[in-house]
Amino acid sequence: MMTMKKPTAVQVVFYAALLAGLLAFPLIVKGTFPTHIMIMVFLFAMMGVAWNILGGYAAMFSFGQAAFFGIGAYTSTILLMNYNVNPWIGLVAGGVLAALMGAAIGIPCSNLRGHYFAIASIAFAEIVRIHFNNWKFVAAAEGLSLPLLPESLGNFMFHSSKAPYYYIILVFLLLSVLICWYISANRMGFYLRAIKESHELAKGMGISFVRYRLYAIMISAFLTAMAGTFYAQYILYIDPESVLILPISVQVVLVAMLGGAGTIIGPIIGAAILLPLSEITRVSLGYKGSGIDMMIYGALIMLISAYRPQGVWGLLTTIGRRGK
Amino acid sequence: MSAASFLEVQGITKRFGGLTATEDVSFTVNQGEILSIIGPNGAGKSTLFNCITGFYRSDAGKVLFRGMDITTAGAHRICKLGIARTFQIVQVISDMTVLENVMTGTYLRTYDRKKVREKAGEILRFAGLYEKRDFLGTDITIADKKRLEVAMALGTEPTLLMLDEAMAGLTPVELREMIGLLRKVRENGVTLIIVEHVMEAVMELSDRVVVINSGRKIVEGMPADVVRNPEVIQAYLGDRYHA
Repeated sequence: MMTMKKPTAVQVVFYAALLAGLLAFPLIVKGTFPTHIMIMVFLFAMMGVAWNILGGYAAMFSFGQAAFFGIGAYTSTILLMNYNVNPWIGLVAGGVLAALMGAAIGIPCSNLRGHYFAIASIAFAEIVRIHFNNWKFVAAAEGLSLPLLPESLGNFMFHSSKAPYYYIILVFLLLSVLICWYISANRMGFYLRAIKESHELAKGMGISFVRYRLYAIMISAFLTAMAGTFYAQYILYIDPESVLILPISVQVVLVAMLGGAGTIIGPIIGAAILLPLSEITRVSLGYKGSGIDMMIYGALIMLISAYRPQGVWGLLTTIGRRGK
Repeated sequence: MSAASFLEVQGITKRFGGLTATEDVSFTVNQGEILSIIGPNGAGKSTLFNCITGFYRSDAGKVLFRGMDITTAGAHRICKLGIARTFQIVQVISDMTVLENVMTGTYLRTYDRKKVREKAGEILRFAGLYEKRDFLGTDITIADKKRLEVAMALGTEPTLLMLDEAMAGLTPVELREMIGLLRKVRENGVTLIIVEHVMEAVMELSDRVVVINSGRKIVEGMPADVVRNPEVIQAYLGDRYHA
C-alpha cells in the first residue's frame, strides 16, 4: 500500500476520467448548492491532506489545525482591508505566518508524543481563538467583512458564479496532493514514517526527529493557512467563531481518519463522504435544532474506529487485495 | 586524527537516581576489530551501550570517536558521524517493506531516490534478505528482523557498528548466518562492538572481550583468556562455584 508502484493502465484511465469529471462538474451541474458542496469537499480534503503530513505520516495528531486555518484567513483579510494588499500575496503571507507559528509551537512540543501533542495542539488553537475574540485590531468577536472588489482572478473574488472558486480550490487540492506525494516518495516521507514507528529507532538511524517534525508542521500549517485564505475570499466574512473553532480542527482530523490516515488518497475520500453529509444534513435538518448531522458523524466515527481503523481507503485496498 | 584509538571510552559513569548502572568504565576499540562486551544480566552493558551511542547522557566520563569528543552529542549526530546501532528489542518499521526499511537508513548519506533504492538493494543482497525485499516489516521472522536491523544500520554507512544482543534467541542455523554476516561486515572494514550473551558467537567473533559486572569493568582480554578468568566465572556463576 505504501510502496510507490507504477500505476496500472486501469488506474491511469480511472484517475484521468475522475479528473475530467471534476473539471466538467460546474459546467454540467446547474445550481449553486452542488458546487458549494464540492467546494467544501475540496477545502476539507485539502486540509485533510495537510493534516495527514502531520498526523498520518509522523503520528503528530494535531487537533489545532483551525489555528492555522484562521491565521491564513485573518492574515490575508487584514492585509487586504488595512493595507490594500492583493489576496494572493496575502495568501502567501498567511502561509508563511502560519508556518512560523507552527515552528514556534513545534519546537517546544517537539518531544511530545501521541496524546500529549494532541492536547498541546488543542490548547494552542484555543489560545489563538480566545485571543482573536478579544483583539481589537482584528475587530475581536465582531468579525471582518471583506471589502468587495471587482470580480477577477487577480482579485481572488467572484460574485456571479461559484465556478471560479471551484477551480481554484481544486487546484489548491491538487497542489497539496502533489506536495504530499512528493514528501511520501522521498527522504522526508521515509523519515516521518520512521519517527512514527519509534523515536528511538529514528534517532538510531541518524534522523533528527525535531527537524523533520518541524518541517512537517510547517508544511502542514502553510497549506492549511492557504485553505483559510481561500475560505475568507469565498465566504467574504470571517470571525473567530467561524474560522478558529475546535470543530474545524476535529472535522479535519475526521476527514483524514475516516478516509485513511497515512495515505495520499484517504483524506479526499473522507472529505467526499463527510462534507456532503454535513452540508446536506445541516441544510435539510439544521433548522429542526442542530445535532442530527453531528449524531451521524458520531455514529460513523465509532463504527470506523471499532471496525476499520485504517479508514475507508484501508477497507478498499483490503477488498482489492482479496479480489486478486 | 591521532594514530591512537578508534573509539576511546574514558571513565563512563551513569546513575539512575540512587542506582549506579555503570561506574568508571574505560576501554578502547581499535579500528577493524570486533570487541565484545559481556556480563551477567543487569551488569550495565546496555547502559554503557546507550551512553556511547548518545541515547543516554553519562554523568561522568568521556567518549572519543576518532579523536573527536562525542560525549554530549545527540544520538542522530553520532549516527551521522559513523556509529550505527541496533536495539536489544528488535526495531524495524512495521508498515514499510524490507527494502524501504533499508532505504530509510540509506537516505542518511544519499539524496537521490534511485540511488538510495539501488544501494539498499545491494545491502539486502549482502545481508541475504533480497528475496524478502517486498515483505512488510511486520511479516518477517524475528531472525530476519534482526538481520534487517543490521542491514538498516549498514544503510547509514557506518565505520563503527554497535549491536545490542543481535544474536539472542536465534536457532543454531540462524546463528551461523548471523555470525557469517558480521564477519562479512568486518571484512568490509567496519569495526564492531557487540553486546552479547550468546557465548558461542562471542568466542568465535571477538578479537577482544570486555567483561562488565555490577556496572564495573572487571576484565578485558582475549576471548579464550577471559572465559578462564576466575573473576569472570565468579561473576557468572556466583561464589559457590568459584574455583
